[in-house]
Amino acid sequence: MDVIFEWFRVLYDETGINLPFLYDAYDRNRMVDGFFTTIRLSLVCLFFSVLIGVVGAWLQGSSFKWTRRIVNGYIQLFRNTPPLVQLYFFYFAIGTMLPTVENDWGGQSPILGSFAWAAISLSFFAGAFNVEIFRSGIEAVPKSTVEAAEALGFSRLQIYRDVTLPLAFRVVLPALNNNLVNLVKTTTLAYAIAVPEMLYEANQIWSDNVNVTEMMIFLLLAYFVLVGILVGGMNRWERAMRIPGFG
Amino acid sequence: MSWTPAEPMVSLKDVHKSFGTLKVLNGVSLDVMKGDVICIIGPSGSGKSTLIRCVNALNDIQQGSILVEGQEVNDPNLDKLELRKKVGMVFQQYNLFPHKTALQNVMMAPVRVLKQDKAKAEATARALLKKVRLEGKEGAYPGELSGGQQQRVAIARSLAMQPDVMLFDEVTAALDPETVGEVLQTIKDLAEEGMTCILVTHEMAFAREVADHIYFTDRGIIVEHGPPETFFKNAQDPRTREFLSQIL
Repeated sequence: MDVIFEWFRVLYDETGINLPFLYDAYDRNRMVDGFFTTIRLSLVCLFFSVLIGVVGAWLQGSSFKWTRRIVNGYIQLFRNTPPLVQLYFFYFAIGTMLPTVENDWGGQSPILGSFAWAAISLSFFAGAFNVEIFRSGIEAVPKSTVEAAEALGFSRLQIYRDVTLPLAFRVVLPALNNNLVNLVKTTTLAYAIAVPEMLYEANQIWSDNVNVTEMMIFLLLAYFVLVGILVGGMNRWERAMRIPGFG
Repeated sequence: MSWTPAEPMVSLKDVHKSFGTLKVLNGVSLDVMKGDVICIIGPSGSGKSTLIRCVNALNDIQQGSILVEGQEVNDPNLDKLELRKKVGMVFQQYNLFPHKTALQNVMMAPVRVLKQDKAKAEATARALLKKVRLEGKEGAYPGELSGGQQQRVAIARSLAMQPDVMLFDEVTAALDPETVGEVLQTIKDLAEEGMTCILVTHEMAFAREVADHIYFTDRGIIVEHGPPETFFKNAQDPRTREFLSQIL
């Protein structure tokens, strides 16, 4: 491994192509941390945004007018505002209104850090789209299939969980995949509130080394590979979910 | 109120139903005793399907009374689950769960709704699929089965809930002529075992063969009814006679 890392140092000495996050242990750690922060933020947001989508679509079918109105209001708010503004809103507006806690050095820290706010903000952002995506899938499930479940004595929740959702899920997978790919890319916005994710760490490195071009090329390729892996996984999943003779 | 088999299992009294301003049922009354097989026939739009969909509360009614084993269906506090445990239904378009295999389709309601043990439900489901002559198709998805096979899975799925009465809503209307026979045979087997059946059908020969009683509906009322022999040979009402002359 060290041989490879040293090769990049030689590369820099010989050609001026500077990739310090490969030959320098300190920068390497920063990049690895950034990479895993991006992965962690993506996974947390993927999970919660899908959860919001599933629960929101269920609430949209509620017989209470106000439940439907609140869900619709949430969708409008988060779909019609820029995600960066949402992020700032959560971090600076909501964040500063919350109480602080004493930290290890006797000072005051916000109760939620920038990572938590990024996770909340981006989950709500992608969740709003996911509600609409799941709703379109639920509407595609034939009413007669739901009726058959009703006739068998299924409750509304059982019908949603065992019939509507599994069928809707298969219909919406392509649209859901699109939105989740977007979500992973949007995690770079967390840079704006100093979440040490990949873009942020890359920025730290190019500030120290003045190698903006190299870092930009690397970032572009890194996201291309990262999202490519996600898309590949999603496509496999889509194929695995296919029902023989259906759709 | 406890129900005894001496009373009608299903009893409709002066049932009125409308969709908005459209009156579909205009005072329908009929009684079905335990073990009876009754067929409801009539022209399209005469309210046949609506009539049986009211029996298991898939449609609500505006006026009148429907009793199923003494339980009033036209009641805002109706326990739909209790009702639907007693009443099975088979639809024209089968309406199987497309993401479940034949076996899973049959097992699902007993496991989820009746909270039956999985192993027990599976054994029952396998026996039922055998009964509807679908042995070997347990692992097939609905999309891999023919219409007639799907409809027989749907019948098995209903039977798995051990209903006391079965509703059949034009269950052969969407089938190819060559597969109609296998579905009708399955229903005939059930009727012979003593299952109480209410059928909406256009299969006159079948109605004549299996029904204990035929009801002819038109424009939301029962025009005429009687046992098959007298009904088909000796229809009194001109509307019945016209309908029969067109169809026979």
